Amino acid sequence: MKAQSLSSFFSHQVIALAGVLLINWMVFPGFFDVTWKDGRLFGSLIDVINRGAPVAILAIGMTPIIATRGVDLSVGAVMAVAGAVAATFTVAGHPLVVTLAAALAVAIACGLWNGLLIAFLGIQPFVATLVLMVAGRGLAQLITEGSIVTFSDPALIFIGTGSLLGLPMPAVIALLLMVGAHFFVRRTAMGLFIEAIGTNRSAATYTGLRSRSLILAIYAFGGLCAGIAGVIAAADIRGADANNAGLWLELDAILAVVIGGTSLLGGRFSIPLSVLGAVIIQAMNTGILVSGFPPEFNLIVKAGVIMIILILQSARLGEIAGAIRSLKPFGRKMP
Amino acid sequence: MKNIFKLALCAGVASLVSTAAMAAGMTVGFSQIGSESGWRAAETSVTKQEAEKRGITLKFADAQQKQENQIKAIRGFIAQGVDAILVAPVVATGWEEVLGEAKEANIPVVLLDRGVEASQDLYLTSVASDQVKEGHVAGDWLVKTVGDKPCKVVELQGTVGSTPAINRKKGFEEAIAGHSNITIARSQTGDFTRAKGKEVMEGFLKAENGGKDICAMYAHNDDMAVGGIQAIKDAGLKPGKDILVVSIDAVPDIFAAMAAGEANATVELTPNMAGPAFDALEAFKKDGKQPEKFIITESKLFTPADNPQGEYEARKGLGY
Repeated sequence: MKAQSLSSFFSHQVIALAGVLLINWMVFPGFFDVTWKDGRLFGSLIDVINRGAPVAILAIGMTPIIATRGVDLSVGAVMAVAGAVAATFTVAGHPLVVTLAAALAVAIACGLWNGLLIAFLGIQPFVATLVLMVAGRGLAQLITEGSIVTFSDPALIFIGTGSLLGLPMPAVIALLLMVGAHFFVRRTAMGLFIEAIGTNRSAATYTGLRSRSLILAIYAFGGLCAGIAGVIAAADIRGADANNAGLWLELDAILAVVIGGTSLLGGRFSIPLSVLGAVIIQAMNTGILVSGFPPEFNLIVKAGVIMIILILQSARLGEIAGAIRSLKPFGRKMP
Repeated sequence: MKNIFKLALCAGVASLVSTAAMAAGMTVGFSQIGSESGWRAAETSVTKQEAEKRGITLKFADAQQKQENQIKAIRGFIAQGVDAILVAPVVATGWEEVLGEAKEANIPVVLLDRGVEASQDLYLTSVASDQVKEGHVAGDWLVKTVGDKPCKVVELQGTVGSTPAINRKKGFEEAIAGHSNITIARSQTGDFTRAKGKEVMEGFLKAENGGKDICAMYAHNDDMAVGGIQAIKDAGLKPGKDILVVSIDAVPDIFAAMAAGEANATVELTPNMAGPAFDALEAFKKDGKQPEKFIITESKLFTPADNPQGEYEARKGLGY
């Protein structure tokens, strides 16, 4: 029963992605051309998975959070913080392992802070994470002293621009993270716990779930994901841009999760579908870039497509469609 | 009686000395917007340097992007009785009252970098760059460089609807108008950032035959150009040779790229708005000379012939 409803959901996102890709192909016939260049795949499709990777990674962390009826607005700012820490550490001459450990540790600490405010102090997730959304960017600016800290360590840059088996590194990382997170929540009881908390936290607690610790862990994981995305974003441009790194990406991540079919009211969730949501958003962005439309239309096009996708997903629309379908034979009888 | 006369004389001399000292070392209040960009930080440090060079005591106030903080700072400067006030206004409207207070206190105000919508007699002068001209200088460079060869340009615009994006686009288009061999093939916004500049250029390279059809990249700021340069390299082309790179701002990193042969030209948006402002103030204080109402800073073109490595070294400490 559950598998069936999931597969019907799956088809929604796949149809949406196919539709967006089809439109891209119509406005730019070379969209599906993929060539081999300098030991890596090269083409617009590759751009979609490469550029979509940071938001996909954010969405992986955001999905369990939203499934527990929470939200994390601070992930964009945490990206900036992690990037700033990574850049300053590598500039100071620390080896890659130390640099990454420091950046990700700070990101996890940010997530723990959110989790602490939400799980133990009972502050609403929207408000609690809003604090770090504002303060985090300030913190990043403090670390970089307001300028773009550039670096040239090839190992760190590889994380953002390198490739593995021809695929861009960010996409490989996102894929591994998605598979790992998905199997962790589905092969253990973790997924069930998360859905239980999202559906009714009190009931879940009364059945013996340690919901506080679980929520804390979920926000820490969200912070970790934001940290990974932040390191990738910094490595991509070989610099930490505290003012712009991850700016507004929290909204794209939330949108990706929503397109992936997870309700903002918590409960059922799917990490792979959230990633698919991120890919849909990026397919749209890349399509706009190759289409040649004037930039004034960017947001209108995006808004229009997203509206269509969300309307198609709406449960009420499904009911109406079902009602019309059941009316049809009736209508045929009475010409 | 004699003593009193002496005393008066002394006082007179003393006051004379103090006016002379004042002319040499003015006290100037500077209300800065904040430090939202590298350029803004550089403007702050250059202003401090210029003041120190001239023996001017600078009182600095950072408004952290809030007009109310700027108004408070200006009122503070008036209360302290400074000799002049510099303001980089965060927004264009709502300045009449506080500028009127400064005028009543006979303290001249100079606007830096941005204008205000207020009566012109409320401030002494304004120092700003001509953004249309910046685009024009970049376009002129391209016209001169490509000659009459056909050239397809891709443009990385600033944030949609922002004044610098509109003006820098306009100036560039004016410069290439009448040269039908130069066309803008594609134009998209990169939001003035490196990451978006790189992403947009990646799209353009795919859309224009892997980049082989592109002759030049024009970016509304250097940061987007730096991102675009990386995208060109990732596509297996040589920025600066296969694709010409011209941009605006003259931040240190574009000089680093220029020194590496990866950028061809940049137009300077000088962070030294305070220099011309202090010049105007000193002339005004000395013999009451009214400066022009709008002082336009130079939009200087820099190419690899202008010692990019030296420019990089000179600028990197300014806080960009």
